[in-house]
Amino acid sequence: MGIFDRDLWNEVFSTLSKNMLRTVLTTLGVIFAIIILILLLGATTGMSNGFNKIFAGTASNSMFMWTQTTSMPYGGFERGRRIDFTLEDVDLIKRQVSEVDIIAPRIQSGSATVIREGKTSGSGVYGDYPSISLVSKKRIVEGRFLNQSDIDESKKVCVIGLDAYKLLFDKGENAIGKFIQVNGIYFMVVGVYKRNDNINFEGENAVFVPFTTFQKVFNTGNKIGWMAILIHPGKQVKVAENKIKTLMKEKYNVHPNDVRAFGSFDMSEVFTGISAFVMVLQGFSFFVGIFTLLAGVIAVSNILLITVKERTNEIGVRRALGATPKIIKRQIILESIVLTTFAGLIGFVISVAVLHFLDYKFGASEDFPFVNPTVSLLQITISFILMVTLSVLIGLIPANRAVKIKPIEALREE
Amino acid sequence: MIEIKNLHKSYHMGSNSLHVLKGINLSIKEGELVAIMGSSGSGKSTFLNILGMLDNLDEGEYILDEVPIKNLNETKAANYRNKFLGFIFQSFNLINYKTAWENVALPLYYQGVPRKERKERAIKHLESVGLGPWIEHLPSELSGGQKQRVAIARALAAEPKVMLADEPTGALDSTTSREVMDLVQKINDQGKTILVVTHEDDIAHMCKRIVHLKDGVIVEDSYVNQVRASEYVQ
Ligand SMILES: Nc1ncnc2c1ncn2[C@@H]1O[C@H](COP(=O)(O)OP(=O)(O)OP(=O)(O)O)[C@@H](O)[C@H]1O
Ligand SMILES: [Mg+2]
Repeated sequence: MGIFDRDLWNEVFSTLSKNMLRTVLTTLGVIFAIIILILLLGATTGMSNGFNKIFAGTASNSMFMWTQTTSMPYGGFERGRRIDFTLEDVDLIKRQVSEVDIIAPRIQSGSATVIREGKTSGSGVYGDYPSISLVSKKRIVEGRFLNQSDIDESKKVCVIGLDAYKLLFDKGENAIGKFIQVNGIYFMVVGVYKRNDNINFEGENAVFVPFTTFQKVFNTGNKIGWMAILIHPGKQVKVAENKIKTLMKEKYNVHPNDVRAFGSFDMSEVFTGISAFVMVLQGFSFFVGIFTLLAGVIAVSNILLITVKERTNEIGVRRALGATPKIIKRQIILESIVLTTFAGLIGFVISVAVLHFLDYKFGASEDFPFVNPTVSLLQITISFILMVTLSVLIGLIPANRAVKIKPIEALREE
Repeated sequence: MIEIKNLHKSYHMGSNSLHVLKGINLSIKEGELVAIMGSSGSGKSTFLNILGMLDNLDEGEYILDEVPIKNLNETKAANYRNKFLGFIFQSFNLINYKTAWENVALPLYYQGVPRKERKERAIKHLESVGLGPWIEHLPSELSGGQKQRVAIARALAAEPKVMLADEPTGALDSTTSREVMDLVQKINDQGKTILVVTHEDDIAHMCKRIVHLKDGVIVEDSYVNQVRASEYVQ
């Protein structure tokens, strides 16, 4: 009688199925354990996917830098001095800091008025280079983003956000090719963008015009507001950031220890933080899941132990009729495996259904970072192997108890 | 068929020890139907359990069908029981979640008989004890006499050399007891060696030989005129 003997399995299945209530109660612990494990893993994946969606289109090896006011007197200047970056600075940084791949300078206006046919939107107005989309991509829903020829020819075109569109246009109206007024000057709308779940500095109520056009129209010279900087892959953002700041401090006579003169935001830190968070979450899920599973399997073992006691007489009868200790042992262990596996499958089905429901409920939501919460085949395989291994090990306890029962004592028991 | 020489058995409980069997000598030939009598606590069950290899002897010899039974480990004992012995208990000891035929087929399962043949043979034996219509019933759906007949069918199923019955009628009323004994006699008629432990004189006299146990030894061993149980059964 090998392990694949049909009769052996029949014996196991008939024992379990004819004691259905006991079987079901035994499996509850494992069912819940598997549900918890899979839900935790799925939720972690969902969360991770959610974060990925938020940061989709944002380069991880990027940073943003802008000027503030100095906080220390230096080189004859008093503190509280305001510095403005210029296009020359952009060239200087590109030349001097080898880590830098692309710099997209931007200029913005705090006090522009945006009007169309008597409607005012109060939008922020930004002068941008097309290369900004390499650092932080906009989701264009209609038309296009700014391109190089807009820059070269200082075209009076603009890309507007959905909120600005709603404030300036009638519902359903086609904006592309229409004109809006910025500080009294007409710009043709060439694109409409939707806010990404993306990190977003401008929101949807914004108007983007070519940098060169902005310069001319608002007469800003070569002043810039801030720069989005893409760092070469494999290079460290922090290093570049320090180099750039040192360079700028030298150029503008800022005290080397003045940390307030320039502001910056290191995107890679956010990404590192998030992936560390996801990893911790994943580890935590496995940890919690495995211990819950262990508890579930121990519950199976415990109940099998109780049933072994309950079945003392049955085991005695089987022994009297010729069952060897090995056969009894094998049957109990198989019962443990079958119970656990059966419970595991139910748990898998339930938890996958719940994950689908969660995805359906929250997957499309914009402000909840939870997308496509699935478990990988690898995770399932690992959980399954773990479960079966545990059930064999734990099944040994009641199995050994069962073979310790002497047939004669078992038969005496009524 | 059975040779017992100078059999001793004691039970030890802490510092106390109880000498239950104090030198039993007994020889039983094939085809005998032997009643074992004695007062409560005289060691009848102990003796039968040793014969049934459910318990070990301390001293002496036990030869079953020319095979010396000694140095038994659990696995060997299980295999011998399966091959040589059929058990009938006072409390039937059927497995309650198995149907009549599944109970009867269980020893065959441990013999490695294929499933289809198991069922056929189980049904055949159930029919031979008059339970043809009850093969698919659970023990809980059967009367005491029917349960004991299922147990007898189960003991027969493995086609053992010897059947051991410990008070097979102890839980049954007198009419049912006679029906069961009638069955036992018929099985014995076909040549099977059977040992029956009993308290009751009338049951003992349905056997062919009566062995009396007292204080751990055989005090009386005599052949009797068998009373046919069928004489009582209408
Ligand atoms: N496992 C055991 N441990 C200790 N003592 C035992 C054990 N089994 C039986 N005994 C003792 O051995 C003696 C004989 O018991 P046994 O069961 O053989 O008697 P019996 O003749 O079958 O009695 P009854 O007619 O009541 O069934 C009794 O005194 C009993 O208490
Ligand atoms: Mg007894």
